[in-house]
Amino acid sequence: MSLYYSFTDFSILSDGKWVGLENYTRLFFEDKYFWKSLFLTFKYALMAVPMKLIMALFVAMLLNMKLKGINFFRTVYYLPSIMGGSVAISILWKFLFMKEGVINKTLSLVGISAVDWLGDPDIALVTISLLVVWQFGSSMVLFLAGLKNVPTELYEAASVDGASKVRQFFGITLPMITPIIFFNLIMQIVHALQEFTSAFIITNGGPNHGTYLIGVKIYEDAFKTLKMGYASAASWVLFVIILMITMFVFKSSDAWVFYNDGGMDG
Amino acid sequence: MKKKSTGALAVLLLVGVVMVYPLLWLFLATFKDNAEIFGKLSFWPEKFSFDAYVKGWKGIGQFTYTDFYLNTFKLVVPSVLLTVASTGIVAYGFARFKFPGKKPLFALMLSTLMLPDAIVIIPRYVAFNKFGWVDTYMPFWMPALLACYPFLIFMLIQFLRGIPRELDESACIDGCNPFTIYVKILFPLLKPAIFSVVIFQTMWRWNDYFNNLIYISSVKKYTLSLALKMSIDSQGASTPWNQVMAMSLISMVPPILLYFFAQEYFVEGVTAGGIKG
Repeated sequence: MSLYYSFTDFSILSDGKWVGLENYTRLFFEDKYFWKSLFLTFKYALMAVPMKLIMALFVAMLLNMKLKGINFFRTVYYLPSIMGGSVAISILWKFLFMKEGVINKTLSLVGISAVDWLGDPDIALVTISLLVVWQFGSSMVLFLAGLKNVPTELYEAASVDGASKVRQFFGITLPMITPIIFFNLIMQIVHALQEFTSAFIITNGGPNHGTYLIGVKIYEDAFKTLKMGYASAASWVLFVIILMITMFVFKSSDAWVFYNDGGMDG
Repeated sequence: MKKKSTGALAVLLLVGVVMVYPLLWLFLATFKDNAEIFGKLSFWPEKFSFDAYVKGWKGIGQFTYTDFYLNTFKLVVPSVLLTVASTGIVAYGFARFKFPGKKPLFALMLSTLMLPDAIVIIPRYVAFNKFGWVDTYMPFWMPALLACYPFLIFMLIQFLRGIPRELDESACIDGCNPFTIYVKILFPLLKPAIFSVVIFQTMWRWNDYFNNLIYISSVKKYTLSLALKMSIDSQGASTPWNQVMAMSLISMVPPILLYFFAQEYFVEGVTAGGIKG
């Protein structure tokens, strides 16, 4: 249905008539914001996803050290994730990062001059990706479950052989949790490429289209200017891109994801 | 060894402080007046004032946050209950019965799991518009009734597979029909998974903004997320931030409470299915 719409000039006010590939040619060759928003969306995903996963893994490893009060910490770290993509959290973020907001004031205490977190197009994109990084709790819980499943004998054997902690991390931990890294990676990429609320509420796509993510663009085309056929075309391009990236990650996973049931025990 | 764990604990604490600082700060800021929020860096308010809550609650125009709160409940509670009822039945069907076309149907359901929202939004909107459902809560209730949440179905199926089939057969040997088997035997056993469904669905519906934005247009039916967004738009430069903050905080209370009360199930559910944030 959506695919059909993408070939029409459909809007909610009128039934669409068939326009063939016109939506797509306009998208690719005339709409200067289309490429820009795609580029920004990639940039956003490239910043947010690795930062979030590294953070999640790092904290999960600390939590896995069998210290006291793990449950307390886990609760605290998960807290920001509960509110997810809610408006309340986006408002909080907007407020924290305002020019005269708390973040800048705190930075000024240590002698760093005010950063224009929301007013500078390049920095604004970083600011909204930080929001996702802050919510690393859900990925962390998954990593923690994965780390618990790594057999301790492996570490004992490695210690006996005199492998350093760093070596153990790259030789044992990382390969053993690759299935979970893989899963997290796919989920987070798919999610990041469709981000909407934070870019819409915190910066409204601006400044100067600096956070004009493809999700925001599709919304504006479909529901503000009511070019639903056109927006359908954009959403199909997004879908194909997501599909291609997911397939690429799946394909590449043969090379780096390690499944315990097929290899070692067999 | 001892030294190392102290180091790790210190790092954990530091990260924890950075994580929670915004939320704590938000909490304390709601007791300050606007001048204090912008004027000083002080963490602790000079005096605790509930002004922001009282004024903020009055809302916009003739509608108060009592309305927005009730609207949110009106949207969320039926959606969650319908989801539990519908996904449970569908999962039961897939897990326990053989029927023609089961395999392709199951594959179809799983494939909708991969479909990004962006694709579905426009045709769905068009259809709901034709049914005259725009500016009602039907676009939220109906998908719940029709079990349009493949992830939750999948989670329940996985859980049902873990319950031995002999159990429902032997426990109901004196002639139960499939429906009573489900209601009397399986549903009670499914409780932990059902809890997860309730929690996820509540969080999703509660935090959702996009669907609210496109389907709800009259202020009378506004939910909390729409009201909050409106409160930062309408007042322009002179936004009473302390009120906005107070109302944002209040809007987070139900999900946070739910999280604290049902934490075990929550973590279990996340690990079972692995879910986006």
